[in-house]
Amino acid sequence: MSDAAHAHDDHGHGHPTGIMRWLTTTNHKDIGSLYLWFALIMLFVAGTMALLIRAELFQPGLQLTNPDFFNQLTTMHGLIMIFGVIMPAFSGFANWQVPLMLGAPDMAFPRMNNWAFWILPVAAFLLMVSFWLPGGAVAGGWTMYPPLFIQGGISYDLTILAVHIMGLSSIMGSINIITTILNMRAPGLTLMKMPLFVWTWLITAYLLIATMPVLAGAVTMLLTDRNFGTHFFNAAGGGDPVMFQHIFWFFAHPEVYILILPAFGIVSQVIPTFARKPLFGYASMVYATASIAILSFIVWAHHMFTVGMPAAAQLFFMFSTMLIAVPTGVKVFNWVATMWKGSMTFETPMLFAIAFVCLFTIGGFSGLVLAIAPVDIQLHDTYYVVAHFHYVLVSGALFSIFAGIYYWLPKWTGHMYNETLGKWHFWLSVIGMNIVFFPMHFLGLAGMPRRIPDYALQFTEFNQIATVGAFIFGFSQLIFLVVVLKTIKGGARASDQVWEGAQGLEWTLPSPAPYHTFETAPVVK
Amino acid sequence: MAAGNARTLGKLVVVTLGMFGFGFALVPFYYKICEVTGINSGAEQSLVKNTQVDSSRWVTLEFDANINEALPWRFKPLQRSLKVHPGQLVQVEYEVSNTSDQPIVGQAVPSYGPARAAAFFKKIECFCFTPQTLAAGESRRMPVLFVLDPSMDSEVHTVTLSYTFFGTGMKEQAADLRTGRPHG
Repeated sequence: MSDAAHAHDDHGHGHPTGIMRWLTTTNHKDIGSLYLWFALIMLFVAGTMALLIRAELFQPGLQLTNPDFFNQLTTMHGLIMIFGVIMPAFSGFANWQVPLMLGAPDMAFPRMNNWAFWILPVAAFLLMVSFWLPGGAVAGGWTMYPPLFIQGGISYDLTILAVHIMGLSSIMGSINIITTILNMRAPGLTLMKMPLFVWTWLITAYLLIATMPVLAGAVTMLLTDRNFGTHFFNAAGGGDPVMFQHIFWFFAHPEVYILILPAFGIVSQVIPTFARKPLFGYASMVYATASIAILSFIVWAHHMFTVGMPAAAQLFFMFSTMLIAVPTGVKVFNWVATMWKGSMTFETPMLFAIAFVCLFTIGGFSGLVLAIAPVDIQLHDTYYVVAHFHYVLVSGALFSIFAGIYYWLPKWTGHMYNETLGKWHFWLSVIGMNIVFFPMHFLGLAGMPRRIPDYALQFTEFNQIATVGAFIFGFSQLIFLVVVLKTIKGGARASDQVWEGAQGLEWTLPSPAPYHTFETAPVVK
Repeated sequence: MAAGNARTLGKLVVVTLGMFGFGFALVPFYYKICEVTGINSGAEQSLVKNTQVDSSRWVTLEFDANINEALPWRFKPLQRSLKVHPGQLVQVEYEVSNTSDQPIVGQAVPSYGPARAAAFFKKIECFCFTPQTLAAGESRRMPVLFVLDPSMDSEVHTVTLSYTFFGTGMKEQAADLRTGRPHG
């Protein structure tokens, strides 16, 4: 953190220094950096869990873990990657970029912003400490289904509390972002002139305040079922565990778009810059994002085709899910059309953005396969599902985060990153990622179940390939850490515009962006 | 701007609290949906109700009881006929008495008219499943629990269930009853 502080410590307001500066900061740039560092640390924590999982799966039989610990690893890997890596990273981008892109001096509620970040490490502590409690960490899957989640030990209560805290953090962050976007735009910056990153975050923030409270309600019911004698989900007391799945996925399907819409936003900033053309179909991008968000509320039950629902319901959820491919396709075609006949250059952010478009589309197509109810019943809970959501979350969400970091880091630090190391990071990541996750499609089609530490012998070769890829992918992230640290410490000076084709208010500021910016609002024509 | 921000904050907090309440409102909503659509109800899934009642048609059931002439018993249905819907769970009773002065073992054999209805007459519980032992002069009421399969021909409007009791000649068991020894 002190490295990040170095970049913009030239402010003269008698701020507290050292740790207190970071604990009490209300500056959107500081809080953005805190979110991003938190996400990076958690990426390595949950990534280590993923490597343990892959190491165990290198061979059939049990080598390194016992089944219970394996389940703890898969559960915590999922929870931390979603709530501790992707969401905080996007919040970090929002904190840094939304005020800069809107010409606002800071976020609307700076003190709430500070709280929204600083309760996150508390939640992370509650999650992590449960590994050392009796019974170990939660092992019931990140989806928290009863009856497992109403039967476990103390760590289940701590995890529920952590989910409450992380939900509260996202809600506070979202309220802040919506208010900033609606009320604090520079004069002349109408909604339909906003950069697409801001648009996607506005819609994401609405999704968050609409669904996070529902998750909070669901885990509250789990908590009272566990401790206060209610029977929402306890079949023995007249409850219904399937009802939890409905409530949970009512939250969690919009949640998966919360994890990808800001990625769409970042990519929609990066591609026009390096294609040196304005974004193709700006208005259709905005409407497509909004359509995806609205449709996300009526498709949740495609996660649970196997619970035994009537055929009419299966058909409804199947077709509504397939409908989402339409606005998503609009986006993919717009990105491709933006690149079409552009003067493209392939700096690291652009490489990650192009990889995003290609690989996210693969993940989208496997999602379309899973949307087909009769196919899903065959593939439910197999490695095909694992392959699908890692294509959309690793080569989708995570790659867009890398693209965004490489893209904006020169503006934040005032230094260019090392392009050679950046390219090494990109190529090792994209190759490693495909080696891990592509064979999982075949494993899933062949029937290998997910969340099981052992497997039948015929799955061995593909699992070994995946494990090798996982270690290539995992260790190449250390290059990213080195690139970020080196860029903060020094490197070639970045110009104000940084990239030749960069457009927007943030590029009118000096590099590094001063601690206080846009104290007088710029006028947008 | 601060006032505007506070107003927006107020609205968003209301939305947040509303959605928290909505999460809980999903609970009664879920049960209502299940009730209206008739899915996922525990009672519906239990054995006795796990059939589709075809309330669009009626079938007349006639009950008949006969005794093989070698058996000194009296045997009669407690109801002569009944109108039911196919798929409906029906229970009827028969009464049987031993008019002799010694215990006798008998077993009832069912038959159906028309014969093609036999495949659709699903007996869940019947006294005909096991041999019945009656002590001297004993009289007993015995139930039959059954469902008419709704997939039965719609041209069948009347089904006759007819039982005939035969003596099994199982003296051994009857002897047990007389001496009070438990059955082996």
